Amino acid sequence: MKTRMAPRQISQRTAFSLLITATAVVVLPVVVIIIVIILNGAGAISWDFLTQAPVQAGKAGGIFPAILGTFYLMLGTIIIALPVGVLAGVYLSEYAIDNWMTRTVNLAIVNLAGVPSIVYGLFGLGVFVLMFHMGMSLLAASLTLACQALAMTVTTSREAILAVPREYREGSLAVGATRWQTIRHVVLPQAMPGVITGAVLAMSRAAGETAPILVVGAAFFLPALPNSPLDQFMALPYHLYTVAAHIPGMPKSTIWGVALVLLAVVLSFNVIATIIRLRARKRRYST
Amino acid sequence: MNINLELTERKAPVSGEIRMSTRDMSLYYGDFQALRDITLDISENAITAVIGPSGCGKSTFLRLFNRMNDLITGVRVEGRVELDDVDIYDKDIDVVELRKRVGMVFQKPNPFPMSVFENVAFGPRRHGRKNRIELEDVVEKSLQQAAIWDEVKDKLGQSALALSGGQQQRLCIARVLAVEPEVILMDEPCSALDPIATLRIEDLMRSLSENYTIVIVTHNMQQAARASDMSAFFMMEEDRAGVLVECGPTAEIFTNPKDKRTEDYITGRFG
Repeated sequence: MKTRMAPRQISQRTAFSLLITATAVVVLPVVVIIIVIILNGAGAISWDFLTQAPVQAGKAGGIFPAILGTFYLMLGTIIIALPVGVLAGVYLSEYAIDNWMTRTVNLAIVNLAGVPSIVYGLFGLGVFVLMFHMGMSLLAASLTLACQALAMTVTTSREAILAVPREYREGSLAVGATRWQTIRHVVLPQAMPGVITGAVLAMSRAAGETAPILVVGAAFFLPALPNSPLDQFMALPYHLYTVAAHIPGMPKSTIWGVALVLLAVVLSFNVIATIIRLRARKRRYST
Repeated sequence: MNINLELTERKAPVSGEIRMSTRDMSLYYGDFQALRDITLDISENAITAVIGPSGCGKSTFLRLFNRMNDLITGVRVEGRVELDDVDIYDKDIDVVELRKRVGMVFQKPNPFPMSVFENVAFGPRRHGRKNRIELEDVVEKSLQQAAIWDEVKDKLGQSALALSGGQQQRLCIARVLAVEPEVILMDEPCSALDPIATLRIEDLMRSLSENYTIVIVTHNMQQAARASDMSAFFMMEEDRAGVLVECGPTAEIFTNPKDKRTEDYITGRFG
C-alpha cells in the first residue's frame, strides 16, 4: 500500500538492532576467550601434562596435583555446602514463618553471594585455620569455599522447593502424612533436579575460586599429593595465577595449557548442570 | 425437567446418625470473616452436597473438616467442629490422625509423580505398613473400590501422570481409600473432568456412600441434584461472609426450598 516505512516500523527496527547488538556484546567476549584459550593451550595438553607432577617450579612436567587438588576442593566444598544448603532451604521454605526475621535472613543469604571472595578467605583464615587450628589445609579451604557456596545452595534449594506445586503437598497431608514425611517423600524428590543444579554450579564456582584458597591452604609448588584433609594442596586457579604472573621464563604454552584445563573443568560442570535442568524440565512436561 | 424425575427415583439411604457437625462456627482470614455462625450436621453413610455461588466459602468450609485450612497463615476458627462429638480444633487433637480418618479429594486431580502403585501405597507406607504383600493387597482393594482396578492392573508400575484426567481422579480417590478413612471430603472433584468421567465419579460416590460419609462441594447444580442425599446451600452476605441458608434432603431443597434465596438461586440456574 505504502512504500515508506511508518515511524513505528522504524522504531521497531531500531529497537531490534539494539537488542541484537547488546546480545552480541554479551556473547562475543566469552566466545573469543574460549577460542583463544583453546587455540593457544591445546598444544600443551598431553597425557604427561595431565598425569605428571610438576618439576622446576612448573616449567616442566605436568599439573596433576593441581587438577586433583581442585577436584578434592570441589568435593569437600559440596559435601559440606549441599546438606547444609538443602536443610536450610527446607527450613526457610517450609517451616519459617513469614515475618521480618525470615525476610531479613533471606535477604542476608542472597547478599552473601555478593561478598567479595577475599573476605571469605580472610574469614576462613581467622576461623578455620587459626581459631580451630586446622592450619593451611584442604579442610580449611573446603570449609571456606563451602561458606561461600552456601549462598547459592540455600537459594537454589529454597527456590526449587517452593516451585513444587501445592497440590502435591496437600495430597500428601490429606492422607495423613506428617509435614516431615511430606517434605521427605514428596517435596524433596520433586525439588531434587533444581537442588542438584545449584550444587553443581556451586562446585564449578569453587573450582574457579582463587583469592580465598590463597590464604587458607593452596600451595604453589607441592609435587606430592595430599594424604589427608589436613594437608596443603595445589589447585588449578592458583597454579595458573603463579605460573602466569610470578615465574620468570615460564613457557607460554604451559600457561595457556593450565588455563585450558581450568576452563574445561569449570565449563564441563556448567554443562552438567544445564543437562540436569533440561532433563528435569523435559520429564515434567512430557507427561 | 429430568432433574426432578431423577430425584423421585432415588431412595434416600440416610440413617440419621451424625458423623461430623459444626456448631456456631465462624472462620476468619485475619480480619476478614469468611464464614459466619454455621451450624450443620453431616449424616453418616450419606452424600452431603455443599452448594452455592462462587466465593461463598464452600471450599473453606469443606477444609474445616480435615483442618486443611491450618496450612494458611492467619486463619482462625471459632465455635465447634466435631467428629463423633469430639472437637477437632481442640489443642490435644492429632491432626495427622484426624486426616487419616477424614480423607480429601481435590478439585484438580493431583496424583504424585510416581507409579500408580506407589500413589496408592503412599498413605499406608507413611503410616508404617512395610510388608510388600500387605501393601499389594491394600493397593488392589483400594483400586477396586475406586472402580479403576481393571483399567490400571496391568500398569501399576507406570507413572500415574500418564493416566487420563478421570482415571487420575479415581486414582486419587483410591489413594484416600487406602488409608481407610471414615469420612471423604471432595472439593469439586469433577470440575476438571469431561461429562463421562464426571458420571463415573458420581457412580463411584454412590457406591462408596454405602460405607463412607461423603461431603462434596460442587457448583454444578445438576450434580448436586443427581448425586447427593443431603444439600446445604451457602450464600455470601453483604460483608462477603459465607452463611448457611438452608440445609435438608436434596429432594426437598431442589423441589420445595423453604428459603426464598435458595429458590432464587436454584431456579435462576435452571430456568
